Amino acid sequence: MRKALEQLGDECLYFLEQAGRMGLFLVSCLISLLIPPYKPQAILKQIHFIGARSLFVILFTGAFTGMVLGLQGYYTLRQFGSEGLLGSAVALSLIRELGPVLTALMVIGRAGSAICAEIGIMRNSEQIDALECMAIDPYKYLMAPKFVAAIFSLPLLTFVFDVIGIFGGFLVGVSLLGVNEGTYFQGMYASVVWQDIEMGLVKSLVFGLLIIWISAAKGYYLQFERSGGFGAEGVSRTTTSAVVLASVTVLVWDYLISAILL
Amino acid sequence: MGNGEAKSVIELSGVEKYFGAQKVLDGVNLSVREGTTTVIVGASGQGKSVVLKHMLGLVKPDSGKVTVFGQDLATIRRRQLKKVRMGFGVLFQNVALFDSMTVYDNVALPLRERTDATKEEIRANVEEKLAMMDLDGTTEKYPAQLSGGMKKRVGLARALVLNPKIVFFDEPTTGLDVNKSNEIYRLFYRTQAELKYTAVIVSHDVPKIFKLSDYVALLAEGKIQGCMTPDAFQLSDNPHIRAFVETTMGPIYSSEREERGLYEEI
Repeated sequence: MRKALEQLGDECLYFLEQAGRMGLFLVSCLISLLIPPYKPQAILKQIHFIGARSLFVILFTGAFTGMVLGLQGYYTLRQFGSEGLLGSAVALSLIRELGPVLTALMVIGRAGSAICAEIGIMRNSEQIDALECMAIDPYKYLMAPKFVAAIFSLPLLTFVFDVIGIFGGFLVGVSLLGVNEGTYFQGMYASVVWQDIEMGLVKSLVFGLLIIWISAAKGYYLQFERSGGFGAEGVSRTTTSAVVLASVTVLVWDYLISAILL
Repeated sequence: MGNGEAKSVIELSGVEKYFGAQKVLDGVNLSVREGTTTVIVGASGQGKSVVLKHMLGLVKPDSGKVTVFGQDLATIRRRQLKKVRMGFGVLFQNVALFDSMTVYDNVALPLRERTDATKEEIRANVEEKLAMMDLDGTTEKYPAQLSGGMKKRVGLARALVLNPKIVFFDEPTTGLDVNKSNEIYRLFYRTQAELKYTAVIVSHDVPKIFKLSDYVALLAEGKIQGCMTPDAFQLSDNPHIRAFVETTMGPIYSSEREERGLYEEI
C-alpha cells in the first residue's frame, strides 16, 4: 500500500516537473519569437519542410477523406431522403473537424516526429550545448523558425485539405452516385458560414503551435525522459512518446475549442 | 609561460554537485590564471567533464560559486551570460559538430549568428582558420565524411573562429592514435602562441600533456587535490596525486623522491 502511494507520488512529481519544464520551454520560445533579428531564410526552410513537403500527403488523405465522406454521407442521407444535403454535410464536417484534425495528425507523423528526433539527436551529441557555449540561443536559433513555419503552414495545409476533400466528396457523390451538381454546391453555399471557417482556422493555428511545442520540447529535454533518454533507443522512444502525446493533445484541444466556439 | 602574478579568469570555490543521490563534486576549489594552460587530470568517472560544464555555465552548482571574468555564472542574467560566453571557445569530447551542416557552415556559424561580419569577411576568417588547421579543401564536406582527427581539427577551428579569450578542451585526443594526437597538440601550441588564449584542458593523456601545461590539477574524490606546475605535481606529497602519478607514469618518479629524501638526510 505504502509502495503504491509512493509510486503515485513519484509519478505526480514527475508529471509536474515535466509540465513545468514544457511550460517554461514554450514561454522561452514565444519570447524568442518577438526578439529580432528575424531570419526569413531559416523560416522559409522550415516552411518548406513542415508545409510544402507535407502537401502531397495532405492532398492524398484529403481526397480520400472527402470521398469516403461522400460515400457514407450519401447512404446515410438517402435513408431520410435528403441526399441534397450531401454537399453541406461533407463541407461542414471537413471545415470544422476533419480538416484541421487530420491535417494536424498527418503533420505530427511527418514533421513532428522528425523535429523531435532531430532535436533529440542534437541534444544527445552535445550540439545544443555547443550552441549555448557559442552564445547562440537555441530557442531563437532552432525553435523560433519552426514555430513561425507551423503557424503559417498548418492553416494553409488545412485549407488545401478542405478544398480537396470537398472535391473528393463531389467526385463520389455527384459523379458516381448521381447527386445533382447544383444541389451539392448550393447546399454547401447556404450552410457554411464564416464562423465555421473561423473555427477551422483557430483549430489549425492552435494545433500548429501544439505540434511544434510538444515535439520540440520532448527532444530538447531528452535527458529528463523517465524511460531513459540516452542513445539511439532513447531518441526512438522519446519520438514515439512525442507523437502519441501530440496526437492525444490535438484531439483533446479539438474538443475544447469546439466546445468553446460552438 | 607560467606567471604567478597573472589574474585569475575562472574561480571555482566550494563547488558541490549531486546527480540524484550521488555526490559527484564535493567542494571543488580551482582558479585558472589568465594566459596559462591548466590541465585537469583524474581517473575516468571522477567528474572532470562536470567541472568543465560548470565553468561553461551549462551546469549550475548545488552549492559553491563559479565565477568567470569576475561574474557569478549561477546568478548572472541570461544576456550577461551570453556576453561571457562570447569569450569562450569549446572543443567538446565528441566534437559536437552540427552534422547536418558542411564544414564551412559549421565554422562560419558563430560568425553569422554572433557578429555583423559581411559574407566576404566571414569567408576570409573561416578560410584562414581552416588553413591554420591544414583543412583546406574540406569546406564542402559533411562531418560524417571526415576522420576522427579531422573532426577534432574542424572543432578546433570552430572554437577559435571568434578569437576567444578562454578555450576549453574536453579530452582533445581521446580516440586518436599517437600521430594524430601529436598533431592536435602541435596545433594547440601554435594557435595558443598566436592567439594568446587561456586554455583549460581535461585530459587523460598523461604524461604527454604535462609538457603543454603550466598547471596541473588532479580531481579525485570530488575535490581538486592540488593545482601546481607539472614538476611540482610529479613530486607532490599528496597521497592521491602520488598514487595517480605512480599508476600513470610508473614508479620511477617515486623512487626519485625517495632518493631525494635520502640525500637530504645525508
